[in-house]
Amino acid sequence: MIKQLFKFIGGVHIPQYKDISCNTTIQQAPIASQLVLPLSQHIGSPSVPIVHIGDHVLKGQTIAIAEDYVSVNLHAPTSGQIIAIEPRAIPHPSGLPAQCIVLQSDGKDQWRERKPIAEDYRQLDPSKVRNLIREAGIVGLGGAGFPSFIKMNPGPSGHIDTLILNAAECEPFITCDDRLLQERADEVIQGLFILRYALQAKHCVIAVEDNKAKAITALNKALETVDQSCIQVTAIPTIYPAGGEKQLIHTITGRQVPSHGLPIHIGVVVQNVATAAAIYAAIFRDEPLISRIVTLTGDVSRPTNYEVLLGTSMQSLIEQSDDSPQNKIKRIIMGGPMMGFAMHSSDIPIIKTCNCVIVDKGLTAELKQHGYTMPCIRCGQCADVCPAELLPQQLYWYTKSAQWQLSQDYQLFDCIECGCCDYVCPSYIPLVQYYRYAKAQIWEQERETEKSDHARERHEFRLERIEREKKEREERHRQKKAALGKKDTDPKGEKTKPDPKKAAIIAAMERVKQKKAQQNIQAKNTDNLTVAQKKQIEEADARRKKVNDEDSSS
Amino acid sequence: MMNLHTPSSPHFHANNSISQVMFTVIAALSPGIAVYIYFFGSGLLIQMLLGILTAITCETLILLARKKPVWPFISDGSAVLTAILLALSIPPSSPWWIIVLGTSFAIVFVKHLYGGLGYNIFNPAMAGYAMLIISFPKEITGWFNIQANSTSLSLSEYLGLIFTESKSSDTISQATPLDHFKTQIGLEQPASTIFTDTNLYSGLGAYGFEWIGLAFALGGVWLVYKKIMSWHIPLSLLISLVLISLVFYAWDNNNYASPLFHLFSGATLLGAFFIATDPVSACSTLRGKIIYGSCIGVLIFIIRNWGGYPDAIAFAVLIMNMCAPTIDYYTRPGAQTP
Repeated sequence: MIKQLFKFIGGVHIPQYKDISCNTTIQQAPIASQLVLPLSQHIGSPSVPIVHIGDHVLKGQTIAIAEDYVSVNLHAPTSGQIIAIEPRAIPHPSGLPAQCIVLQSDGKDQWRERKPIAEDYRQLDPSKVRNLIREAGIVGLGGAGFPSFIKMNPGPSGHIDTLILNAAECEPFITCDDRLLQERADEVIQGLFILRYALQAKHCVIAVEDNKAKAITALNKALETVDQSCIQVTAIPTIYPAGGEKQLIHTITGRQVPSHGLPIHIGVVVQNVATAAAIYAAIFRDEPLISRIVTLTGDVSRPTNYEVLLGTSMQSLIEQSDDSPQNKIKRIIMGGPMMGFAMHSSDIPIIKTCNCVIVDKGLTAELKQHGYTMPCIRCGQCADVCPAELLPQQLYWYTKSAQWQLSQDYQLFDCIECGCCDYVCPSYIPLVQYYRYAKAQIWEQERETEKSDHARERHEFRLERIEREKKEREERHRQKKAALGKKDTDPKGEKTKPDPKKAAIIAAMERVKQKKAQQNIQAKNTDNLTVAQKKQIEEADARRKKVNDEDSSS
Repeated sequence: MMNLHTPSSPHFHANNSISQVMFTVIAALSPGIAVYIYFFGSGLLIQMLLGILTAITCETLILLARKKPVWPFISDGSAVLTAILLALSIPPSSPWWIIVLGTSFAIVFVKHLYGGLGYNIFNPAMAGYAMLIISFPKEITGWFNIQANSTSLSLSEYLGLIFTESKSSDTISQATPLDHFKTQIGLEQPASTIFTDTNLYSGLGAYGFEWIGLAFALGGVWLVYKKIMSWHIPLSLLISLVLISLVFYAWDNNNYASPLFHLFSGATLLGAFFIATDPVSACSTLRGKIIYGSCIGVLIFIIRNWGGYPDAIAFAVLIMNMCAPTIDYYTRPGAQTP
């Protein structure tokens, strides 16, 4: 059991802005008349639609399935009719539309038949449980959206030491996990038991930032009713990014996830609390992931948390919470203010990874800090706060001057893009943006190198083949010559026996001739042609024949 | 359908800026400045005023010439800080053109011709001071005679000295304490008699300077506490200076001044906390900072004892400025041996 916590290096204390939304209960958002469901709401390949336009679907019915391993199913959030499968605006930094299934709600909200397996999951093989979770479309609800069933696999070694349930929720504004714990701690704990069963983990730690006293109380209260010997609720210091996977693992276990490594390599798995609750719903109520809790906050009249059906537009949520005019909105951020991204419009659907929507009307001091970008004065504050122990300032110089190799030497790819360096930079340099750009450039370069390597290999292989064929030909000629010489000296040779190789060649040539003759059969749509057209066709045929004859004669 | 502003994350920014950093540093200088004025009169204020006016004028002109936006750079406070540091480095009674020339050299040549804020290799104030001490050694090493006037000079006396360079009987120019000490040592006077010979000195170091130094150290410690700068450079500088002077003092206390004299004379504490720590021209890695600070400490001792100039902060810092990029390169985390 955890007795001592470890402090990770760096991090920043930032204004929390959590009070504004964490004191009201989770509200049920009304069912929108139209739900837009992007096929890619997770990391991995998009799901593939199995419904058609015009189909009537029931709530919870699978409408798109996972074809690749890193993918999950998608379900209808309510009953209704599929009215379109087309590119629509989705929450993505590029602002480019992507393939979505559009569902027109029939207002009945009628469930498909449900067969919860509940406690019986303990009789199932862990792999069966994982498959159920995959079919239920569950992905990491903390924001990354990695298919959860993959992280429920203990791997070949099968040894998971610690399962950490991440309720740190370290980004400002977001309170959805806090509210979830306050209101549904028992569901989270049941979900944790399922995760523990699938992973066969020894210890379980629920990590909550120490500014969420109510959530911790609720968890401890819920734990009283269950066998809690393996579960520990741990309050961790409130500092951003305490909820970052590597930082959280360090805080709890004191262990470092190796550079380019995964937590599972050191026997640790981290799952989000909301994911655990979703897993509970899938197993105990046979409810796939069709809704999630979203914090709607920022410069709105009534910041709060909503239980929202996936596909509901952000606009309708904002209208629920805000009375003042919408034209004052300057920015809508999905996710937290440190790592979330800005939407191009408010007409964007809520997806599985959307934990928070922040409306910015220029009323929150920290949100409107846009200073003029000054030169770097090498003050080193960025290095002091970097939780990945990098030198952001050096990385900035190298990425700015496009020295990709040097920036990789300075461990650019260990950067988790948490934004701490950017947050404290007195020169307002968009550091994270530089790192993202550099990473993209390096990936692009790697792809190019791969491509050119492939082309070079192909070319080398071709040269080698030509060389080999030449040698083989020479060898055949030599053998032939030798055979001819043999025939002269030995009349009893194998003259009568036809050479099987030669026979094969003749047969092959025969086949080619037949094929060509078939090709020469006139095309069918030659009726009602003008004289000039017929003449053209004849001329073309003549040319073709000539070429064919030349081919076969050579 | 709105078309919203979509900057990339993070969308949050701490309430800080370069001007805040610079003005915090200036605020941290103020106790030292106040004590300085208490001991030596209002001459420093006149010098600071002249320096700041020159710095802002030069900064504006060169920004216009370089076609850079003027306001963000004028308001960043870095030029003002350079002017104040230079004013603190020269005698408060120096003629007006000394500070004007030094500041304009610092801003135009040392700062902007190397690329402006963030790009200068050398500490502008110290390079300006070095230019002055090489070009005008008489004006910049003369200290008004506090033997004749036991407290300090009045405003009118300062104005006279600064603007008309008139020398009344009270204000006979003489050497600075460090300079005096060195000359006397050169004349083979034992250290103990040098200190009691004149009221240039007091218990710890040079008269007045121990209190000024302590006030600067106070401001510096506050900056470390506020995390505006790290402790690495000031601490390593002071420790190395104390250690090396202690070794020589213990070996021969007739020819070498005590560590306390080194700490509380000249610009040691000002230099350790406010000059050597200029982030632009100093080392930026932690190990680099310690090497950089210790080397400055050693260089100060060497130049003070065997160099041709009385105080050594400027040259020690400038020499180490040149080494900073190389030190950074070899002390970067995870660096392999070359």
